[in-house]
Amino acid sequence: MSLTKTTPQSETPLAPRRRNALSKGRMPGWAVPAIAVAAVILGAALSTLGGFAVASFAIYAALLFVIGATVATTVIEGKRRGKNALALYLIYGAFILALIPLASVIYTVLDKGLPGLNMHFLTSSMNGVTGAVDNQSVAEGTPVVGGAYHALMGTLLITLWATIISVPVGMLTAIYLVEYSKGGPLAKAITFFVDVMTGIPSIVAGLFAAAFFGIILGPNARMGIVAAVALSVLMIPTVVRSTEEMLKIVPNELREASYALGVRRWRTILKVVIPTAISGIASGVTLAIARVIGETAPILVTAGIASNINLNVFANWMSTLPTFIYYQILTPTSPTNIDPSIQRAWAAALLLILMVMALNLIARLVASFFAPKKGR
Amino acid sequence: MTTNALKSSGPSAGRAGDKIFSGAALGAGVLILLTLFAVAVFLFIQALPTFTADPAEISGGAGFFSYILPIVIGTVIAALIALAIATPIGIAVALFISHYAPRRIAGPLGYLIDLLAAIPSVIYGAWGYLVLAPALVPGYQWLAENLGFIPIFGGPASQTGKTMLTAGIVLAVMVLPIITSLSREIFLQTPKLHEEAALALGATRWEMISTAVLPFARPGIISAVMLGLGRALGETMAVALVLSTGGLIPSLIQSGNQTIAAEIALNFPEAFGLRLAELIAAGLVLFVITLIVNMIARAIIARHKEFSGAN
Repeated sequence: MSLTKTTPQSETPLAPRRRNALSKGRMPGWAVPAIAVAAVILGAALSTLGGFAVASFAIYAALLFVIGATVATTVIEGKRRGKNALALYLIYGAFILALIPLASVIYTVLDKGLPGLNMHFLTSSMNGVTGAVDNQSVAEGTPVVGGAYHALMGTLLITLWATIISVPVGMLTAIYLVEYSKGGPLAKAITFFVDVMTGIPSIVAGLFAAAFFGIILGPNARMGIVAAVALSVLMIPTVVRSTEEMLKIVPNELREASYALGVRRWRTILKVVIPTAISGIASGVTLAIARVIGETAPILVTAGIASNINLNVFANWMSTLPTFIYYQILTPTSPTNIDPSIQRAWAAALLLILMVMALNLIARLVASFFAPKKGR
Repeated sequence: MTTNALKSSGPSAGRAGDKIFSGAALGAGVLILLTLFAVAVFLFIQALPTFTADPAEISGGAGFFSYILPIVIGTVIAALIALAIATPIGIAVALFISHYAPRRIAGPLGYLIDLLAAIPSVIYGAWGYLVLAPALVPGYQWLAENLGFIPIFGGPASQTGKTMLTAGIVLAVMVLPIITSLSREIFLQTPKLHEEAALALGATRWEMISTAVLPFARPGIISAVMLGLGRALGETMAVALVLSTGGLIPSLIQSGNQTIAAEIALNFPEAFGLRLAELIAAGLVLFVITLIVNMIARAIIARHKEFSGAN
């Protein structure tokens, strides 16, 4: 910033207009804002030629500004500084561009989700809600019937079971990697494949669980626990990685002090190492839950879709919030009046985002509140 | 198992506890390796009927290879569009956070970009379907009218906007935080002395970045892009919701094309028998492709671990 934009003030107050040796060949301070204003005006004019639209206006104005400011800098300050200015504008532009989808997604979800998110939505299922019901509520202007209680419960139960499976396996693996293995080939293989597992497409994890239970229980074995296994495949690597990182930063002195008192290794790990690292581990587990709670594809192929309340993960199909959103959009309950379905989908999306954000927040709070105390 | 051992006392019980605990830890590690192995084996067993069946019985009626090839190409096209958009923007955003933004707000800005990664994929799919696709229709019509001579922009443009390009843009939004967060980590690890030496020689800020930061971070950027590629290849819901599927066509602004993940998600719920085996075989192909991409990325990271510092 300071390299391109400083325009040293004239040192002699008697002749403020004269340019001294330092400011010679540099852009005056008003030049860039002036180009920006000109670009906005010209951009508005250009976009009005083809019918005014916000998108084309923004594109024209941004292009004109970048080209204008770069050319001006190149002419006045030289080619190297021109390049520098171009890089600056492009990098700032890229950041603004990256925020547009985030803002748009959050605005859309809030705007369309808030009207549908009420007590009725949270406490009723889609059992008995048919196209006729939706048509009637649109025709009579009554509130939308039917909600996502079944999907909410399905999400909570399946995620709970996935956590029950993943946390012990993930934590024990991390303990093996940090405390027991001495960097041997097995540990290297586990580390490598845990990293590789992080990249397994979620739908492949779902297919694996479906194929596994399909061989054991026969085809079309779809129920909550199959989905929980699929989610565990996605969750375990995240748990392993975060636990491993946390165990690694536990100071060795603590372990040695415990050994010196004659405490056995497993008790040292359970009573000294893990309590020291527990805040980081808990926050890592929470983030892992936040990651899998929004997964759609593995649920789609393992738990199917249901419109009634099913609280048993070991039998029958189950719905979760993501699959609920997916099916409400793709196959609206009433094909002629899709609005009630769309409203339910956005309300569920808002609920899901709130859950994910809350989990992220909890992870941060856990990490800061339960961090090991410093000093005595 | 371990909690029972906790209650017992005496030296022999303690020794047993040690054995049980280390055994459990080792077992968990081996279980992970077995799981990954089992993913491959079970998918292969369930997919087997596809490879032995009469080619005429496979969807499309010309064998598995000609069934899978178009959707593999579709998957690669979608991922490449996503990377073509997300790579430059992702790197620029990482540079913005690491080298351009004021120190005080750089951290919160990085968190803002990480929020993009926290939003579930089905919500991106819904957003792409109901907001982005309709918004892009005028742009596609403009492309078809003015650049229609290039095959990838061949008209007539889709009236719904549910095209490969839209799916690619949604994928790009989902890949962006991966590329940004990994690149940012590496940019921040550039030796300060290199940067200061470049500035002391009179380099502008961009010259400092292009001569000191980018060469240092190159392996890290490559692996970040590869990890992004792995995510884009396997992403399901965005494509399943956004793309109006069809046969393989060169134009990106008409409805058509298909990806493996979306093909599975759209057809699996109704599939049975040979069709089920076909879809699982498609999943196996996707698994192998992403496995190779991820292994290459991880190998690059591992080789440069000593000075890149990426996980």
